[in-house]
Amino acid sequence: MATFIAIILSAVLTDNFITVKTYGICPFLGVSKKTSSAVGMGVAVTLVMLIATLVTFPVYWYVMKPLGIDFLEIIFFIFIIASIVQMLEKIIQKISPSLYNTMGIYLPLITTNCAVLGVTELFLNDLSLPGDIVLDSATMNLGWAALYALFAGIGFTLVMVIMSGMREKLNYYKTPKAISGFPIAMVTACFICMAFMVFKSITIGG
Amino acid sequence: MNKYKRITLDGLIFQNPTFMLVLGTCPTLGLISSAMSAAGMGLTVVVILTLSNILISLMRKLIPNEVRIPCYIVIIATLVTLARMFLEKFVPDLYDSLGGFLALIVVNCIILGRAEAFANKHNVLESAVDGLATGMGFTCALTLMGIICEFIGKGSVFGLHIMDFKVGMFATPAGSFLVYGMCIALFTYVINLFERSKRVKANKLARENLLREAD
Repeated sequence: MATFIAIILSAVLTDNFITVKTYGICPFLGVSKKTSSAVGMGVAVTLVMLIATLVTFPVYWYVMKPLGIDFLEIIFFIFIIASIVQMLEKIIQKISPSLYNTMGIYLPLITTNCAVLGVTELFLNDLSLPGDIVLDSATMNLGWAALYALFAGIGFTLVMVIMSGMREKLNYYKTPKAISGFPIAMVTACFICMAFMVFKSITIGG
Repeated sequence: MNKYKRITLDGLIFQNPTFMLVLGTCPTLGLISSAMSAAGMGLTVVVILTLSNILISLMRKLIPNEVRIPCYIVIIATLVTLARMFLEKFVPDLYDSLGGFLALIVVNCIILGRAEAFANKHNVLESAVDGLATGMGFTCALTLMGIICEFIGKGSVFGLHIMDFKVGMFATPAGSFLVYGMCIALFTYVINLFERSKRVKANKLARENLLREAD
């Protein structure tokens, strides 16, 4: 139970992908001008992160490790992620055109998203969580990995939505020409990061 | 020769990947809290970008247009795997400080972007020069911001202790965001000034020519 809570807290707050690890900054800055597109991007990233972890984790531990080809993990993982994204795009297009219109357009962008490759690489080494819990190769399993990936995606979506809300408000104010666009977005992101630094002090148990 | 000068200036200044195009932001924000890791990241990217540009330019007539992106990704992923093995063996300190961002060079938009926008249309020499120039633009930007962040955040530069006063926030992602944003603003401002003065000069010249013709 402690591990369960620690994983959720770590993935969403204390080791948030955007504000602490700085993975997935390209969509964070590029697709956060409107809340609706931020939500679409966040959901798409969460979905791909979860499915990618469900595929790459068994492939690494049960196929590549016994065969001794674990040094090729970057090539394998990027190919698995690219195929998953392609497949998802086709499936969503077939099943629900309306969902495709809101979310599908973000899918091709996700292949070159650090957050997805970052989350799959995360479970290859020891993973330390708040409350001095460490998931090493003996205690790590597919369930924990999938849970971490799901909540890391939720944390990503959370920060995307906060950011897009602040940027929508920023539209009402006039900024000097040199700092409009990316610079003012980064100053906004700086404040979100400072707010998330508070969560570093979370402890579990005693 | 003029062509290579233009490619170099484009990569270093006018299309600087960090300040003008804002690409490859994840390693930038993750590593500029220390000047040494920022410079190490930059130099690794220079090597990988130059090699990938050369290889892709050599193979640009062999790769079918429909599957070019997967082909580029395989080439880049192979180079990154090699670079990771090399660094782990020979520069273990840098390997540790780069952490997860070393594997993430694969999904760095700069490398795929240059492959797609430049290397598959130009010859080998031009692509190599472009890779070097763009990579050096990335390295200079990262090192500059690394020095600023480390100086304010840790009171040191490249690990050398300079002063006791420090603002811890600048050694965290929050400070990295702030410094990166302000550097982009300053860079854009200077470029705009430069271009405006060039335009003013051109206008003045045109007017003088007109006057001379009128005489």
